[in-house]
Amino acid sequence: MMRFLLLFSRQGKLRLQKWYTPLSEREKKKIIRDMTTMVLARQPRTCNFLHWKDLKIIYKRYASLYFCLGVESQENELLGLEVIHRYVELLDKYFGNVCELDIIFNFEKAYFILDEFLMSGEIQETSKQTINRCIENSDMLQEDYNNEWYEVELFG
Amino acid sequence: MDTIVSSASTDLQDYTYYFVPAPWLSCKLLRLLQCYPPPEDGAVKGRLVECLETILNKAQEPPKSKKVQHSNAKNAILFEAISLIIHYDSEPNLLVRACNQLGQFLQHRETNLRYLALESMCTLASSEFSHEAVKTHIETVINALKTERDVSVRQRAADLLYAMCDRSNAKQIVAEMLSYLETADYSIREEMVLKVAILAEKYAVDYSWYVDTILNLIRIAGDYVSEEVWYRVIQIVINRDDVQGYAAKTVFEALQAPACHENMVKVGGYILGEFGNLIAGDPRSSPLVQFNLLHSKFHLCSVPTRALLLSAYIKFINLFPETKVTIQEVLRCDSQIRNSDVELQQRAVEYLKLSSIASTDVLATVLEEMPPFPERESSILAKLKKKKGPGAVSVTELDDSKREAGELNGGGERAAETAAMAASNASTPSPSADLLGIRSSAPMSAAPAAAGSLLVDVFSEAGPAAPAAAAAAAVNNDGFLRELEQPTDASEALLVEGSGDADSAPASDDPAPPLSDADDLLNKFVCKNNGVLFENQLLQIGIKSEYRQNLGKMYLFYGNKTSVQFAGFSTTVSCPGELQSQLNVQSKPVEPLVEGGAQIQQVLNIECLTDFSEAPLLNIKFRYGGALQNLTLKLPVTINKFFQPTEMASQDFFQRWKQLSQPQQEAQKIFKANHGMDTEVIKAKLLGLGSALLDNVDPNPENYVCAGVIQTKGQQVGCLLRLEPNGQAQMYRLTLRCSKESVSKRLCELLSEQF
Repeated sequence: MMRFLLLFSRQGKLRLQKWYTPLSEREKKKIIRDMTTMVLARQPRTCNFLHWKDLKIIYKRYASLYFCLGVESQENELLGLEVIHRYVELLDKYFGNVCELDIIFNFEKAYFILDEFLMSGEIQETSKQTINRCIENSDMLQEDYNNEWYEVELFG
Repeated sequence: MDTIVSSASTDLQDYTYYFVPAPWLSCKLLRLLQCYPPPEDGAVKGRLVECLETILNKAQEPPKSKKVQHSNAKNAILFEAISLIIHYDSEPNLLVRACNQLGQFLQHRETNLRYLALESMCTLASSEFSHEAVKTHIETVINALKTERDVSVRQRAADLLYAMCDRSNAKQIVAEMLSYLETADYSIREEMVLKVAILAEKYAVDYSWYVDTILNLIRIAGDYVSEEVWYRVIQIVINRDDVQGYAAKTVFEALQAPACHENMVKVGGYILGEFGNLIAGDPRSSPLVQFNLLHSKFHLCSVPTRALLLSAYIKFINLFPETKVTIQEVLRCDSQIRNSDVELQQRAVEYLKLSSIASTDVLATVLEEMPPFPERESSILAKLKKKKGPGAVSVTELDDSKREAGELNGGGERAAETAAMAASNASTPSPSADLLGIRSSAPMSAAPAAAGSLLVDVFSEAGPAAPAAAAAAAVNNDGFLRELEQPTDASEALLVEGSGDADSAPASDDPAPPLSDADDLLNKFVCKNNGVLFENQLLQIGIKSEYRQNLGKMYLFYGNKTSVQFAGFSTTVSCPGELQSQLNVQSKPVEPLVEGGAQIQQVLNIECLTDFSEAPLLNIKFRYGGALQNLTLKLPVTINKFFQPTEMASQDFFQRWKQLSQPQQEAQKIFKANHGMDTEVIKAKLLGLGSALLDNVDPNPENYVCAGVIQTKGQQVGCLLRLEPNGQAQMYRLTLRCSKESVSKRLCELLSEQF
């Protein structure tokens, strides 16, 4: 089971955080601090897996962003890498050539996509098309809603 | 499951991830299978095996895509399959294939794969089938250890070396780990040190190699050598006589290095203190040289080390009287006796007084060699478990073992000395006028009696604090009394709350009849010399005895468990009837006043004139809170205490056995086993009896054969013993042949109670 997923930049600024276990604010902050220090300190050619307390940490660097996944010790690490990659692909498909700015400005969409893909620490759906269709549907709902408002404005 | 694996990639278009069909689902299924035990049904098992083989085969095919994701997914399934195979642990060919696959990965270009391969091999190494296969890769692993740039991969390699270590490659692996330790990351050093220590101990064929390894360990990574490691090496050196001389020499040489780590000084100090005499013959390591060497490091050390070195100095005084003056000078100098640290000051003052007051005999007894430690679970293993998994070992358990180990080293010594101080004080009744004398006796007896005197004051005020203080003193006292018992081989339970007869017995001046369970108490002491003889709510009596030839010395420790003093405390030893002419017991008189919470000691000298069957009686009288207490115990002096073991070959044994063939000389008894028939326990008891346990004499390996000579003043009685256990019937047959009839009868009686 996955415990948490963090995204942070090379400067250590946190972009996304998703927690799959209940933790207090203090603990979350502590974990974030530990993760950023540990992962940012790693050399480029070292392997992507770490041990931290009783969890395994799987991290991958994409351009200037570090994706950090904390899983329990029985999980398969290579699969964890693939989870990260799958998520990046989903973001890529949705935003079209995603970059860090996209995530900064549309962080709620990033969270929606993540929730479609992972749920309570487990993979929910692995098919890219299905997830994309779901996100597109929810986008359409949102637009309709916005349009309605707009019409009311005009006439109101 | 195997539909997915064997299906063509076109079927599941949507779920195909870079040409690998449904990787996540496959992995989940494989992990699910790990939760179940291996299938018994032949058909299912066959399909499963086929499936796993397909996966392994696919791994061998060339990759369909250059992308790293493809290989990651493929390998993810592969690793999951491998862990399933390891979990099943029943298909040797699959295991071997898995092992080979992993071996290939060990040299893969991608670091991730190397890391995972090392980790999987770790789990693989523990299974019996593949252990051999894993060992073939040892060269690769060692290479990885040396050349990897990634520290976590190096760490995994070290873990793997630890897992695959066994007798054949132990030396090589330990050497490699030691060389790695020199360059290792600081965070993992402590764990590595523990591992090296455990490995060295487990596979040490030759104990001098073990000593070398540990000393090297201390030299290389001294800071990270935790207390358990050097406690353990000292325990081992003390338990094994053959390696003591070698250890002393090696330690001496190691200490001569200019930059010596503190742990090395600790170990060196302790070993030279105990066994310095073994290398004193060599002029390069003469006593004075040894002392100077240790003293040169003295000022560089922290307080606990200095305390240990002071103890080593007093041991030197005992071993080498010629260094007495020099050492006394050192102890006398201001920096010791006015040292700001209380412990050091106390030690310096006490040792100084001890060396000047005590005669050589007393000194020798006090500073006798440490007896072998009892075998216990290695506290190092406990500590390693603790580091690996915090939930595994409870902290209190760990603290206990640490405390015990500490107690053995520090407590045993200190307590022995303070007891002797009591003895030396008792023998010099006039308190010396100089301040030093009073001061030296005060801190020592302050330990047991300060609490007592404090209590008497508080008690007179009858404040509510009294019961609390009394409870504290009682606890203190118990701990103190327990410390006094030297660690021995016997692990018999201490007597708890003997019969309360003593309190309720009517006060009378005549010696009371011996307690009803006196015989049981006696039996407990047939095979051991030290322990608690008797305990009730008021008094605890412990004994420590040693015997040589036909003479014996017994120390009786009377502990006042209450907070009120015992007045009119007197003890008499009597030998009823015939015993008078058979056994000679002399005792020194004891003080009539025993403070609350205090302990006094009495020495008994025993001489065996001829063989005896009765036990001498010990009568104790004292006044407690107005009521007169009177109790009588049997002293555990039995004929087997004067047993001297004799080794002999099997022909000699049978020759003598035949010589003693007269019916009076033989005593035989068949009895039911009272305790479990555990070989080690029986052996320990027989050795505790005082006889020599002979191997390879009896044609039946289950039987135990012992031989010894009973020393009395008048004559020597040869004794041969044969114990035949019968496991199914839970019975024993005990045959004793001695040159004197009464001896065989008595020994037979005694022994039949023991088993």
